Amino acid sequence: MADINTINKDFADLFNQGKQLLMEGSSEIMNENRSKAFQDFERLGVPTRANENYKYTNLIPAFDHPYNVNLRYLKVDVDLNEIFQCDVPELDTNMVLLTNGWFYGNNKQLLELPKGVIVCGVQEAAQKYPEIFNAHYGKYAKPGEDGIVALNTALAKDGLFIYVPKGVVVEKPIQVVNLLRSDRDLLATQRNLFVIEENAQAKIIVCDHTLTHHKYLSNSVTEINVAENAVFDLYTLQNQHLNSVILNSTFIRQDAHSNVLTNTISLYGGTIRNNHHVLLDAEYCENNTYGMYLMDHKQHVDNFTCIDHAKPNCVSNEHFKGVMDDEASGAFSGRINVRRDAQKTEAYQSNNNLLLSNEALINTKPQLVIDADDVKCSHGATVGQMDEDALFYLRARGIDEKEARQMLMFAFAHEIIEKIRVEALKERIDELVDKRLRGEISKCNTCAVACNH
Amino acid sequence: MLSIKNLHVSIDGKEILKGINLEIKPGEVHAIMGPNGAGKSTLAAVLAGRDLYEVTEGEITFQGKNLLEMAPEDRAKEGIFLGFQYPIEIPGVSTVNFMKTAVNEHRKHKGLEPLKASDFLKLMRDKKALVEIDSKLTNRSVNEGFSGGEKKKNEIFQMAMLEPKLAVLDETDSGLDIDALRVVANGVNKLKTADSSTIVITHYQRLLDYIVPDIVHVLYNGRIVKTAGKELALELEEKGYDWIKDENKK
Ligand SMILES: Nc1ncnc2c1ncn2[C@@H]1O[C@H](COP(=O)(O)OP(=O)(O)OP(=O)(O)O)[C@@H](O)[C@H]1O
Ligand SMILES: [Mg+2]
Repeated sequence: MADINTINKDFADLFNQGKQLLMEGSSEIMNENRSKAFQDFERLGVPTRANENYKYTNLIPAFDHPYNVNLRYLKVDVDLNEIFQCDVPELDTNMVLLTNGWFYGNNKQLLELPKGVIVCGVQEAAQKYPEIFNAHYGKYAKPGEDGIVALNTALAKDGLFIYVPKGVVVEKPIQVVNLLRSDRDLLATQRNLFVIEENAQAKIIVCDHTLTHHKYLSNSVTEINVAENAVFDLYTLQNQHLNSVILNSTFIRQDAHSNVLTNTISLYGGTIRNNHHVLLDAEYCENNTYGMYLMDHKQHVDNFTCIDHAKPNCVSNEHFKGVMDDEASGAFSGRINVRRDAQKTEAYQSNNNLLLSNEALINTKPQLVIDADDVKCSHGATVGQMDEDALFYLRARGIDEKEARQMLMFAFAHEIIEKIRVEALKERIDELVDKRLRGEISKCNTCAVACNH
Repeated sequence: MLSIKNLHVSIDGKEILKGINLEIKPGEVHAIMGPNGAGKSTLAAVLAGRDLYEVTEGEITFQGKNLLEMAPEDRAKEGIFLGFQYPIEIPGVSTVNFMKTAVNEHRKHKGLEPLKASDFLKLMRDKKALVEIDSKLTNRSVNEGFSGGEKKKNEIFQMAMLEPKLAVLDETDSGLDIDALRVVANGVNKLKTADSSTIVITHYQRLLDYIVPDIVHVLYNGRIVKTAGKELALELEEKGYDWIKDENKK
């Protein structure tokens, strides 16, 4: 097995040798960020378990593999729209496809978007809309604090750009399908930027999944700015295969009176690490950060969250729930910062875990740093087995053991699903989670949200 | 219908039931009384199949079948219903879904098709009326946030939905106000058929004014120490358990 120094050196070589290709087609601002981020990466490297924030997730096996890296867009030899034409009628979305981190070149035009809304690739946005792009790109992510964010910024060439102008309400959710499709093992880098302007509203559903069985490492960073009084939802559905590694870092900045809800649902994937950073940067923001993970086999999931209350009078609600079976392992880390001026902050956090086997493992760690005095904060973590009394109660009414367990697991998970603010999606996820808990979905080859097969 | 012979039950190596014998014929109502900690709820739970308790000796047959070999769900489908002394709250499981699953499992067992949604709702309505339970309660998660009395009412509602052959009602009267007691007791009586049997576990004569027992047993220290007609309940109400305890000291 390679040691971490070899891995880091390989990336340095890749960067130096691929510099020409990396710079090509990227805007000045992306390349400025790139060079700086590379220096950060040289200093930080791929995080190891010596890093307190990565104590429970060993990334060395994930990185210690000869992946291919595509530094330019490769034309796709089939029509991906064909593969994804299936749609559940009740979940009516604007669908957009990305392939291996790149905006898909043959995406259908989204005809139903309100005027002024932009959905395109990051490269394209950097060229066509430099004013918007340059005002936000690289402003929220922190490559200086995390090696994988630095690596993403150093290698980033494309991803998804979404812009919702002032006062525009996008009624239909925008559904982003991230496809990993390759004939070789692949490291995919994806960089997204979502800009939601004042009084605007949008809901985005992101589905990750793999179309072939190769080993994937996807390292994505999403920056989101939610302006004053805007309402924004982000639902992330992670459904890949056991041989994949998902590194997903999200940085959200909220302005005054904005309302954000995120729900990160990890259904399947070999190793999943979600970094979720929220900055409440003005007064009267509301942030709802939810997540759910259903892990079995030897899957590993690590949700690392940080809610930063920088200004007074904001409310944050955070709730993650997990069901762990077999030899699955996981971690939840919930950091809440309440800065000195952030009086009248309300910050609530909980993490509940259901362990179905003796081998399953979860580490849960709240971390509250409170520098203001007039605040309401609470946190709680539970790790437990299935409630035997409840199980017996159901069985005593004639419900067989398997179904009774299913009902209790589903009830446990449903609390998180309930928070979804798109009715049709909620029903779809209910169905999906029910199937997942019954062991009927091991890996979905098709889009889990949009397709029924 | 039910035959219990020399039943010994332990928990964590501690013997709680020390040789119970009990015969119940179709249509009979038996009351089991006895001081706190005597083992009444243990007996009820063992009948329903709770595996927390270890049966170390003895046998139980129900309608000719060996009950001890059956899983709790199979016992329920064969017609045993336990009204819990302390009904469990199950957040996130809706009462409707719970009852629909249970009713359809019972139907499947009898070789019947699952109920159509409309028929199921009608059944719910009828049975709710029978025990005068509010839709506000049945629209919630199972027992979640119910008051003590509401939980007991909900037990009888479930009993009404499942129409058991043998109902074991463990202190269904405790926590009920006087009006609710009458409603619940009337519900139980209306559900009773010529061949269905009932075991009522209670501390109070009051309930037995409504659900009139054929036979009254006193369970004390893991044994049935007295069996008589319904007048025994009145005697216990008057004199308490000291005389029973004294008799059994020797
Ligand atoms: N899970 C358990 N663990 C240990 N002891 C138990 C357990 N369940 C019951 N017991 C003990 O068994 C004995 C009988 O309890 P049981 O609940 O059957 O009594 P009961 O007759 O129903 O009393 P009450 O009238 O108070 O309801 C008691 O001493 C009780 O402490
Ligand atoms: Mg009892």
